Amino acid sequence: MRVARFFRRFKHRIGIFVAVLGPGLITAIVDNDAGGIYTYSQAGAKYGYLPLWTLAPITLLLIVTQEMCSRMGAVTGKGLSDLIREEYGVRTTFVMMAALVATNLTNVMANFAGVATSLELFHVSRYISVPLAALAVWLLIVKNSYARVEKVLLFSCSLYVCYIIAGFLVNPDWKEAAVYSVRPVLMLDPGYLGLLIGMVGTSVAPWMQFYLQAAIVEKGVTVKEYAESRVEVIVGCIVMSVIAFFIIVACAGAIWDVKPRDITDATDAALGLKPFGEYAYLLFCAGLLNASLFAACILPLSTAYTVCEGLGFESGQSLDFKQAPIFYWLFTLLIAAGAGVTLLPGFPLVKMILFSQVINGVLLPFVLIYMILLVNKPRVMKTHINSRWYNFVAWTSVVVIIGMTLALVGITIRDL
Amino acid sequence: MPEKLLYLTELVGLVVYDLKGRRIGRIRDAALVPLIDPARIDRFLIGGGWSWLVFRHDQVRSISLKGIHLKDEKLIPYHADEYMLRLVRDLMDKQIIDAQGRKVVRVTDVTFAIHENGSGSQLRVLEVDVGLRSIVRRIFQGAVPRSWIRKIQNPIPVNSIRWELTNILEPDPQRRLRLNISHALLEKMHPADLADIVEELSPDNREAIFEAIDEEVAADTLSEVEPDIQASILESLETDRAADILEEMAPDEAADALGELEEDTSAGILAEMESEPKTEVRELLEFKEDTAGGLMNTEYVALHSKATIADAFEALRGNEELHDSLNSLFLVDEDGKLTAAVPLARLFSGTVQTPLAELAVELLIQVDVTAKQDKVTELFDKYNLLSLPVVDEEGVMEGVITADDVITVLREK
Repeated sequence: MRVARFFRRFKHRIGIFVAVLGPGLITAIVDNDAGGIYTYSQAGAKYGYLPLWTLAPITLLLIVTQEMCSRMGAVTGKGLSDLIREEYGVRTTFVMMAALVATNLTNVMANFAGVATSLELFHVSRYISVPLAALAVWLLIVKNSYARVEKVLLFSCSLYVCYIIAGFLVNPDWKEAAVYSVRPVLMLDPGYLGLLIGMVGTSVAPWMQFYLQAAIVEKGVTVKEYAESRVEVIVGCIVMSVIAFFIIVACAGAIWDVKPRDITDATDAALGLKPFGEYAYLLFCAGLLNASLFAACILPLSTAYTVCEGLGFESGQSLDFKQAPIFYWLFTLLIAAGAGVTLLPGFPLVKMILFSQVINGVLLPFVLIYMILLVNKPRVMKTHINSRWYNFVAWTSVVVIIGMTLALVGITIRDL
Repeated sequence: MPEKLLYLTELVGLVVYDLKGRRIGRIRDAALVPLIDPARIDRFLIGGGWSWLVFRHDQVRSISLKGIHLKDEKLIPYHADEYMLRLVRDLMDKQIIDAQGRKVVRVTDVTFAIHENGSGSQLRVLEVDVGLRSIVRRIFQGAVPRSWIRKIQNPIPVNSIRWELTNILEPDPQRRLRLNISHALLEKMHPADLADIVEELSPDNREAIFEAIDEEVAADTLSEVEPDIQASILESLETDRAADILEEMAPDEAADALGELEEDTSAGILAEMESEPKTEVRELLEFKEDTAGGLMNTEYVALHSKATIADAFEALRGNEELHDSLNSLFLVDEDGKLTAAVPLARLFSGTVQTPLAELAVELLIQVDVTAKQDKVTELFDKYNLLSLPVVDEEGVMEGVITADDVITVLREK
């Protein structure tokens, strides 16, 4: 009898979990977009298994920040840009939104570039692939409700399994991988330190916080279902780092084991996998294509939602161009500009991406600090503010992330 | 003559001068006292040093972009007052409802009209500003002289809502009374529009609206709200209030709403309901959601199989509340078994003595309570039905499914 009851309870919980599935998983996984894959490939190709230990702390940092955002969404029923607007006014919001559009635009560019290079490995010209991808993304957003887009994105999440299979096909040194996952290695090598800073510094991005909170609100997650939602957020972060683990391990096994070297982009890493079989190579390329499309879809959409919400313009996929002009024009322009520049010969894309990292690094501290301040306001969060212990962890995480991001900005500016 | 306008962004920071032209301080906020006058600025708050000071509307001699001149020197310290609606603190950047545009908007600025009378000036709230023009004002506020901002904003079209057509949101019921916030505008809206608005609000504000509006309007609105939001609204309300609202809803919709709740909560609400709607809702709750029984409602008119048109008129007169949605009458025998369906329009083709059975549809389509909802939609599609009677395994009439229920099912897919 008791077992039956437990089972029923358990089934109920699983039901809720499935109902709240989406926001946390998608946010964490988009973190592994074209730029993320490049960073992890670089880590594996140049330093092998050594950087693996950073994944555990990165996961923790992600969980702490994502958890606060999703909690704010569930308790207040409002997006992060809404809350910042209500508590800190229009000017603050406007400046943040402008910075967000700028960094997200370059992010979209980077991901369309990912689409272009990954399909070029399949001998598809970028003059065909990029316009088609842009059109597909645009149609997906315009013709469907957010709920449907989210289903497509969840499916896209499942395709990340490509990297896990590719990792197995390369057959890396699993023992080394296991050992270095838990053994921190610090070397006073500028390249290595720069890489660690890059890995941590890019792990938490401003747009993720806005997107996650808005998606939680959109799902209608309430305080009652929040327990399940939190599990979903944590699972998402863990899945993200598992995928990152396999990317690093695949590159370590395929490239570093043979001869450690710098790679120029993610497709270079894919080529490095070629000696280990056509499948490993194809899977790595397909994974990159999927990740790039995924991010190219979600970034413009999330940016448009966030900006319109914060500044009080009409937004929503249920409205049309006339009813929500700024919303539609904003994401249309983001897609058009993001796809367009990858077709311009001689466009300084790498410079733009580095520049975007600088804006990112300037914006992120503000987002995170406003977030912690908001999550501690009883007026906003009622009884669901951070506990003292949690605040200690949260502030430490934020300080670490900000420190790493600013260090990354420093390195980037030096290289620019 | 065009009225002289002033924006809240301009008012804030305006220098206040006393009788002799000495600067006293700068405006920090302005407050309405809605119980006295819903639009006139009653108090002005100025910040000087550690504490804030207040002066009243009747102490003002003149207001312009250059400053505010006072008639006397009676300034009193500011004390928080529950009867005041402070525009900067309580209205700026908050969500309000635009009753005419039927949507939720966020306040960026407030437009005042400056009214001159013989001895002084008054500010009255004219419009609430949203959109780009007011955002520009906010961005440049304080950084650029006021007269420049007016020039910068000029080419941008105005996007404002008249003050009388807005509805402020206030979750605290006590404060709602003190600030004289009514929901009369909302109650006049179409329930479907109000439902769209409610879906956009935060949970607190949803609860606030459902606590305050008329029960019937609340019931009609709740029927139009998405199921998961329905559930969270019902959970947030006091049990007896939730029960009162559910009593006003059609039993099938009340049952659907309760079906979304956890068992303890729905049992608690059911217990508070009055006995007649309670039994109907409870019966409907027994059926599985995705079957004919779960879709049907129990609001229909059934007559005995020998009834005439006169009897039909009699029955209809007794069921006025059904008139809007009714499109068929049903005939049942002594055991309650369904024998025929009569489309309402056919009543016009006979005299009062005509037996209804003669007007019945040639082919009686009915469905079993346990039939799956796919079967139901298939029948509606195949026979172009407006309503479909539902019977139990012995053929006894249990309820009726109408086309709007089917449309809801199809939309959810």
